[in-house]
Amino acid sequence: MEESEKTTVEESKFEKALKSGKFAVTSELGPPKGADIEEIKEAAEILRDVADGINVTDLQSSVMRLGSLATCHFLKEWGLDPIFQVTCRDRNRLALQSDLISAYVMGIRNVLALTGDYTTTGDHPQAEPVFDLDSVQLLWAIKTLEEGKDLAGNDLTQKPSFFKGAVVNPGADTEASYELQIIKMKKKISQGAQFFQTQAIFDAEVFKRFMERIRKEHIDIPILAGIILLKSEKMANYMNKFVPGVFVPEPIVKKMEATEDKVSMCIEIASNLIDEVKPYCAGVHIQALGWEKHIPAVVKDLK
Amino acid sequence: MILTEFKPVEEILLKLKDEKNIFIIGCCGCPEGAKTGGKEVLTDMKDKLEKEGKNVTGILEIDFLCQKALIRSRIKPRLNEIKNADSALVFSCGLGVQAAAAVLNKICHPALNTITFGGITGMWQGTERCDTCGDCILDYTGGICPYSACPKKLENGACAGQSNGKCETDPERDCGWELIYNSLKKIGRLDILNKFIPPRDYSKILPSAELRKTRLWALDEEEMV
Repeated sequence: MEESEKTTVEESKFEKALKSGKFAVTSELGPPKGADIEEIKEAAEILRDVADGINVTDLQSSVMRLGSLATCHFLKEWGLDPIFQVTCRDRNRLALQSDLISAYVMGIRNVLALTGDYTTTGDHPQAEPVFDLDSVQLLWAIKTLEEGKDLAGNDLTQKPSFFKGAVVNPGADTEASYELQIIKMKKKISQGAQFFQTQAIFDAEVFKRFMERIRKEHIDIPILAGIILLKSEKMANYMNKFVPGVFVPEPIVKKMEATEDKVSMCIEIASNLIDEVKPYCAGVHIQALGWEKHIPAVVKDLK
Repeated sequence: MILTEFKPVEEILLKLKDEKNIFIIGCCGCPEGAKTGGKEVLTDMKDKLEKEGKNVTGILEIDFLCQKALIRSRIKPRLNEIKNADSALVFSCGLGVQAAAAVLNKICHPALNTITFGGITGMWQGTERCDTCGDCILDYTGGICPYSACPKKLENGACAGQSNGKCETDPERDCGWELIYNSLKKIGRLDILNKFIPPRDYSKILPSAELRKTRLWALDEEEMV
């Protein structure tokens, strides 16, 4: 016990970046469907010099893939700082606690706790939806492990330690869902969340209104605004129709429609959005969805 | 028949910690069969609460608490007792607690845990659904069951998957947490949502050996001829 208390866990590169007060940049990688990790290595190399931390998604959109834990382990080996995304959809509390301890012994320090999309939204709609814990309870579970106990109250031989994050949606569209986002955010903080990444935003005004509300609620925690690289007007229309909580305003869709050069417009839209939200938040979380090679251009003015 | 068992008295007293005036309402349907209802049970609880310094504003038994129309007709002459209460303590399965909460516009504390539908449903004819979790928390969720109203069974608030108040699993399905929020807002008790709800105890879904020895279950196994 004494020995484990003496052990000081070094802060992750991402945690240091956020604490230094610099405008942080995180991005994310989605593991491949299958065992080929070359593709992810290429994307990871592009992110090496631009991202302070790299999220690794956990069977994103409920699609079966290579796991987040194994991919985080590789990022770590390649000298990058992974943010281990953990959803509640596929594992019960035994497996979640075990994977968290596994992540710790592999040197993974950043964790992002999520509920997870429902099973029927993915490619295995027949699968049993687990959801044994919710995202607030998952943070509570991590906190409990850090205190040297498991959820059943048993002692652990050594305490893990994490830099713990959670997600909030600034674009919830009804009074109930908006208020519940605030209430749940506070619960996440009380259960140990140390940073937030938001759902993707396209309307800076929506984000500003949300941050004003956060200030009024006296919530003081690093928030990274979610930015999706918009590849086409088709993608915008698709998200407006099918992706809950994401809304691309008409002027942006029109701009995309009007141009032949989608890549330049994508970079312009994302850079402008970052400029607008920068005074209000601690950093940005950029989801490139395969366009990782354009992230350096999007963030070049931040350097 | 729907099988229920008593919540521990300590748990009930904890639920009522900040409340003084309590209205007791019980179902005479299944709970009588499971011996978790009936006049004796309700008056026994009244005595226990009064010993703890509570004021019981009234006791009401209703044949089938899962029927909202029946509840409405039976509470008419008793509205003052209900108005004078801070909350209601409900002896019924999860369906009855949900139906009572929908009608009474008060926090309805479940006094029982619902274990299983035991093969036959009760008189339930409404929109309420009980997940027979054995660990009822309907008083924290405005009388709407988060286990049956939310496909992800979330206990601490909505996910980000809702859109215009509808669920990510089906655009025609109401978001369960939207309903929970609006229900608590209607009775001015949104403060309850700030409470952290720990993970559900799944060990409670297995009916105990004692419960499996009840008259009904025993009869089921008896060789008669």
